[in-house]
Amino acid sequence: MVSFQPSEEQQLIRDTIASFAHEQIRPHARDADENGAVPAAIVQQGWELGLVQSSIPEAHGGHGDTRSAVTGALIAEELAWGDLAVAMHLLTPRLAVWPVLMLGSAEQQTSVLGAYTGNSFRTGTAAVMEPRFDFDATEPATTAHRSNGGYVLDGTKCYVPLADQADRIVVTARTDGGGVGAFIVDRDTPGLTIGEREQHMGIKALATYTLTLESCRVPAAHRLGGDDANVLALANHWRVGLAAMAVGVARAAFEYARDYARERHAFGMAIARKQAIAFMLAEMAIEIDAARLLAWEAAWRIDRGLDATREAYLAKNYAANVALKVTDNAVQILGGHGYIREHPVEMWLRNGRGFVTFEGLVML
Amino acid sequence: MIDFELSPEIKNNRDMVHMVAEQYMRPLSHQFDENEHEKPWDFLNMMWEASRNSPVSIGGDGKKKKADQEPSAAPQRGLLAAVAIEELSWGDAGLYLSIPNPGLGGAAVAAAGTPEQRQRFLDRFKSGKPKWGAMAYTEPHCGSDTAAIQTTARRDGDSYVLNGTKIFVTSGLMAAEKSEGFVVVWATVDKSAGRAGIKAFVVENNTPGMTVVKCENKMGIRASDTAMIVFEDCRIPSDNILGSPVVQETTEGFKGAMATFDATRPAVAASAIGIGRAALDFTREALEKEGVKVRYGIARARLTAIERDFMEMEANLQAARLLTWRASWMMDQGMRNNLEASMAKAKAGLAVTQVTQKAVEILGPLGYSRQLLLEKWMRDAKINDIFEGTQQINLMVVARRILGYSSKELN
Repeated sequence: MVSFQPSEEQQLIRDTIASFAHEQIRPHARDADENGAVPAAIVQQGWELGLVQSSIPEAHGGHGDTRSAVTGALIAEELAWGDLAVAMHLLTPRLAVWPVLMLGSAEQQTSVLGAYTGNSFRTGTAAVMEPRFDFDATEPATTAHRSNGGYVLDGTKCYVPLADQADRIVVTARTDGGGVGAFIVDRDTPGLTIGEREQHMGIKALATYTLTLESCRVPAAHRLGGDDANVLALANHWRVGLAAMAVGVARAAFEYARDYARERHAFGMAIARKQAIAFMLAEMAIEIDAARLLAWEAAWRIDRGLDATREAYLAKNYAANVALKVTDNAVQILGGHGYIREHPVEMWLRNGRGFVTFEGLVML
Repeated sequence: MIDFELSPEIKNNRDMVHMVAEQYMRPLSHQFDENEHEKPWDFLNMMWEASRNSPVSIGGDGKKKKADQEPSAAPQRGLLAAVAIEELSWGDAGLYLSIPNPGLGGAAVAAAGTPEQRQRFLDRFKSGKPKWGAMAYTEPHCGSDTAAIQTTARRDGDSYVLNGTKIFVTSGLMAAEKSEGFVVVWATVDKSAGRAGIKAFVVENNTPGMTVVKCENKMGIRASDTAMIVFEDCRIPSDNILGSPVVQETTEGFKGAMATFDATRPAVAASAIGIGRAALDFTREALEKEGVKVRYGIARARLTAIERDFMEMEANLQAARLLTWRASWMMDQGMRNNLEASMAKAKAGLAVTQVTQKAVEILGPLGYSRQLLLEKWMRDAKINDIFEGTQQINLMVVARRILGYSSKELN
C-alpha cells in the first residue's frame, strides 16, 4: 500500500539524527572544512548514536537491529544536511561492516564484526574507486589473480576514507573469471601501501587516501562470499546512500538560500519576491523532493529484495545532478556573498560537485 | 511506513484500464488526431457504460464516499485515479480527455456545491446517455489571472443573468450542447470587489443565451473538443450558484474554488506521465530492435549519448510519477496538498514536454513522421505544461508556499 510516511520508529530515528546534525555537526562544519579534520568529539558522539553497531548481530556484540536501506536513506540525508564530510566520516565503518554483513560467511562475520561494537569509534574502510577518468566500478582495473590457494591483488585505489586508521579494507578487484570480487585486506598486509592523504575540492574534512596494491597476497578465506558473491549488489547500497546524501546537501543549500533571499533586500523588497529568484527556489524545492523520492524508491526495492540496479543507478545520477544544480543556484542567489567563505554555500557547491564522481563512499 | 507497492485494488484497476487503452484507444489514436472535431462515439459510449461507477472520473462524489467508509479502510481513490489516468493517457490523451464524465465542472460542484446541488448536478452521471461536465474560467484576455474575469452575473429576481465570453473550455461542446451535461462558469457579481466578487455558476446544457461559437483547432489532444462559449443574457436559476452568493471582504470563497486545482493538478500530471511513458516505451522498443540496449550501472563516462538521454528521460518521468503519487496520496490522507500538487504538475508538465521532444529527436525520421504516433505524443504532451496552470503559474504557487508569501507579496 503506497505511503510516503516514515514509520514511527523511522521518524524517531530521523528526528534524533536531525537534531544531532543541527546541534553538533552543522556548527562545526566550516571549521572542519578549513582544518581538514572532523573534531574527535563529534566522531565519538556519532559513534554513540549506534550508526554502525545497531545493525551488527547480537551474537557479534551489536544490537541486532534489522538493516533497512530506507531507514539508512533517512539517516544519510540528515547527516549530510549537517555536513557531508562529517557524515561520511561517521559512516565509514559501515564500508567494511556492511559488505561483511551482506556477503560474508559465518567465519568472516565472526572474525570481522566484533571489532566494531566497542564503546569508541573504530573503523575499517572500503577501496572501490580508481584514479582513472573512465573508472567503472563494474570493471575495476585492480586485479585479483588466484595463486597458491589465495589471491594476489595488484592495482591502485583512491578515495579510500580513513585508510590510515582502518584496521581492514574491503578492496574490489577484477577476478580471473572477469567478475568483480571483494577482498578483506588487513592493513599490515605486505604489498599494501597507504599513500599520502589526498587533497580534494570538497569533503576536505574527510581524510581519504590513495592505496597501491603490489603483489598483495590475501588468503582465499578473505574473499567475501566466495566465488559466487554478487559484489555489485553493494553498488546499489552505496548509490542509494550517495543519492540520499546528495539530497541532504542540496536541502541544506536550498534552505540557506531561501532564508537569505527572504532577508536580503534589493530594489525596495526582499529578493525572494522577485520571480527570477522565487522560481529558482521553487525549482530547487521540486528537484530536491524528486531526488529524495527516487532514492526512497530504490531503497525500498533493496529492502524488498527486488532488483534495484536500475533504480539505484538512476537515483544516484539524478540526485548528483540535483545536488550540483541546487548548490550552484544557492551560490548564485547569494551572489558575491555566496562566493565568500563566510557563508557555507560555496562549501556545499564544492561538496555537491563530487557526487557524480563518488562511488562506494557510503553504505546503506 | 514508506512503501511504493500499489494496493491489489489499484493494480487490478490499472491492468484493466491498460487493457482498454491498448485494445480500444491506441487503434483510434491516429484517426481522431487526423480528423479533428470528429467524435469516436463507439468508444465514448463504451467508456460511458464501463466507467459510470469508475473512480477514474475526477469529479463525482469522492469526498462523500470517503466519509462513509471506515478510516481503517483507507481508500486511495486519488492514487487509484492517478494510476488509471496514466494508463488511459498512455493509450491516448485526447481520447482520455473526451471520455464522458463530470470533468472539471463536476470537480467544482463536488468541492463547492451543497448536498442538494451535488445531487442535482452529479446524479445524472449514474444513468442514461453519456454526459459531460465542463468548467469555463479562461477568457480571451485572461487565463490564470482569474481575478480579471469580466464575464458578469447580474442578480435579477430568482435568476442570475450571465454575459461574457469563455474560451478553452475542455469538452465544452459536449457539455453545453451535445449531452444533458452542464458548464460551470466563473463570473463576477461585483467587478469592484476583485477576486471576492468571482463566483461559480452552473449552467445547464442548452440554456438559452449560451452558445458554443467554435471549437479550437489545436496542436494536439485533437480528439478532445476545446470550446469557445458566448453567454448573452443567459438566465439561470439563482440556486445554481456554487457557494455563498454574498461578496465577502475576504477571498475565502475564491480560495475554495481554487482548491479544486489541488485535486485536478495531480490528475493532469498523471495524464502527462502516461503520454511520456508511451513515448519512452516506444523509444526503448525502437532502440532495442536496432540492438541498442540501455546499460544501467556502468560508469557515466562510458555511456553513449543516447543512453544518457534515455536515462535522463526515464529518471525525470519516474520522479514526476512519484511526486504525483505523493500529491494524490496526501489528498487521500486528507492532508492539504496545495504545494505538492503544484510541484507534481510543474515537474510532470515540463518532464513530458522534454521527454517527448527528446524522443522525437532520438528516433529521427521515425520520430518526426506522422505514420507513427511519436510526433503526436509530443504534440499531445505540450498541453500538460499549459493547462490547469502553466509551468510558471505552478512555480508561482510552489514559490509562495515555500517562502510563506501571499499572492500580494509574490506575483
